Amino acid sequence: MTVEQWTLVADVVSVVCLLGGAFFVLAAGVGALRFPDLLSRMHAGTKPQTLGLVLVLVGLALRLREGGAVWALVLVAIFQMLTAPVAAHMVGRAGYRTGKVRHDLLVVDELTRDLEQAGGGTTDDPAAGERTGPDAEERVDPAAPGGPGTR
Amino acid sequence: MTAMDVVIGVSAVLLVLGAGFAVVRAEKGPSMLDRTVALDIVVTAMVAAVALYAAARRRADVVPILVVLSLVGFVGSVTIARFASVEPEGEGRVRTREEVAAEEAERRRQEQEEEARRRRPHVPESTQDTVEDEPDVEAHGGGAEGEVR
Repeated sequence: MTVEQWTLVADVVSVVCLLGGAFFVLAAGVGALRFPDLLSRMHAGTKPQTLGLVLVLVGLALRLREGGAVWALVLVAIFQMLTAPVAAHMVGRAGYRTGKVRHDLLVVDELTRDLEQAGGGTTDDPAAGERTGPDAEERVDPAAPGGPGTR
Repeated sequence: MTAMDVVIGVSAVLLVLGAGFAVVRAEKGPSMLDRTVALDIVVTAMVAAVALYAAARRRADVVPILVVLSLVGFVGSVTIARFASVEPEGEGRVRTREEVAAEEAERRRQEQEEEARRRRPHVPESTQDTVEDEPDVEAHGGGAEGEVR
């Protein structure tokens, strides 16, 4: 194939990828609007954050076809793949501890089961006082300088 | 108008719709974490929109904006999740002006009572200005009430 044909193929693939990424963003918006609780909204919202973003970046890279810019795009994708799980973990943890999880919608709830096995009851109710469970020791740390806010 | 322009336009419409739905969710709440998730979607839509623009105009010089946007989105959501706390009943919605005013008046009245109770005993008139207030717990590294540790 000639160079012109190759650029045409690259442009077509790039356009398809961009369209797919935009569709994922739309799906995330609809999911965030219509899903009933925090965890399912997170589930909907993370689709464009990794797969959708990778599709968009692949589309952009195929369209730009320059060395330097493409490496920057790879950097964005790697960075997003490293940070999206961290952010989702923090949001999910805070949601569980502040009682935003609807247990009646869950099929499997291993965290609550393990917490109950550990003998502490759930941490769903922060006003319940004493905390026990797998991560109790990280909270009870009187020697930590500056109190719990500096950990 | 080429096929390229049509597809770019359709993608832009999809992005705007997705971001719009996410903004509606951010307005409805009901909790701070739901808003965080919704605003994360808005940031992702912005990243995708910048990428779409770069692809449409073949501009490689806007690529650094993508790096910055993905960085900032991460920092924001992690910070909010870290300081998420149990919200009082009714906190999840936007209050009317009257409700805010009533709450403010109530809070001010309680503060004045507190102040009066603290000043009254054992403080001589001459030292009233130099005496130190009780140490403020929050200013010395303590957490806010109900904060998630």
